[in-house]
Amino acid sequence: MSVRRVAVDAYREAAPALAASVVGGLFAGAVLGGMRAQLRAVEGLLVLVPALLATRGNVYGAFGARLATGLHQGVVEPRVDVGDRRLRAGVAAAMGNGLLASGFAAVVAFVVLAVLGRPVAGLGTLVAVALIAGLLSGIALTVAVVAVVFAGYRRGHNPDTIVGPLVTTTGDVFGLAFLVLAVRVVVGGV
Amino acid sequence: MHREWTVAAITRATLPVLLALTVVEVGSGLVLGSFEATLLRYPSLLVLVPVTIGTAGNLGSILASRLSTAFHLGTLSFDPADDDLAGNVVATVTLAVTLFPVVGAGAWLLAAVTGGAILSPGTVVAVAAVSGAALAVLAVAVTLAATYAAYRFELDPDDVVIPVVTNVCDVLGVLVLFGAVQLLV
Repeated sequence: MSVRRVAVDAYREAAPALAASVVGGLFAGAVLGGMRAQLRAVEGLLVLVPALLATRGNVYGAFGARLATGLHQGVVEPRVDVGDRRLRAGVAAAMGNGLLASGFAAVVAFVVLAVLGRPVAGLGTLVAVALIAGLLSGIALTVAVVAVVFAGYRRGHNPDTIVGPLVTTTGDVFGLAFLVLAVRVVVGGV
Repeated sequence: MHREWTVAAITRATLPVLLALTVVEVGSGLVLGSFEATLLRYPSLLVLVPVTIGTAGNLGSILASRLSTAFHLGTLSFDPADDDLAGNVVATVTLAVTLFPVVGAGAWLLAAVTGGAILSPGTVVAVAAVSGAALAVLAVAVTLAATYAAYRFELDPDDVVIPVVTNVCDVLGVLVLFGAVQLLV
């Protein structure tokens, strides 16, 4: 195939998913643009934002990929059964690792900002905000990933191609919206 | 291959990498924090942050997964004259160059609707377009380097390249946005 042919094929294949994630990213941006009050109220919160958003992508992207592989291998049934040992372990591991990484990010950000002498909110505040946001967006993303991957699989879609765009488009929006809520819970009405 | 589905096994497989990536991402957060005052003054730039980070990572991971598939099929060669390689690189750069101006316009529009557009639409589109072009070149360089390294060290590119590329591109997204804002705002 010529370079042009390969490039046109690759462009056409990638453009729809990328455009969808751009729309999701812009909505997430609108949430971030609207949370200036929260960013001012909790110093150091902006430093945490990339780590918290990446954690959602890394944890729930991996959970979705694992679920997709499990469906392909036939070790996971495409229906929600709370007694399913594998599904329960997958959900528990994703939630647990997501929370650990969120709390860890808050501690690292606090320590680095304090060492650099930059203004930073209290350690307890940052950790509480990160954990509450991590818990709420974890619940929302677990429900979204399980529901969409199972429903998609039952309708004959390849779960592997659903997971990536789903997590990238919804992860940032959920992540930031729940970050606003977490600041409201921890700091009060800002 | 049937993977183990226990909390302990999943945690062992993912937590070390996850924590390492978290430290890298806090690094990009520090860059973001260093121009926080500018971002808070111009909300349309704040709107650009998640979409720039996310799209940079996506461009890298799309290229990485296509190169990885070519690698597994045995059709990939690291020769600049290789049609598969050159075509995918051209597609990545074209995707960035065509999408980012739209991203800039969208960010300005969202900031205007939510009541915070102080910068002119031209400035926001220029910041997005310049960031996008620079990011495309960087994403290609990082992806090629990571895929080549995986190939040399005989690692499966699926396991290694995509997480590395996605998170490195996240960091580069913030750095490039910082540079474009310094240059144009």
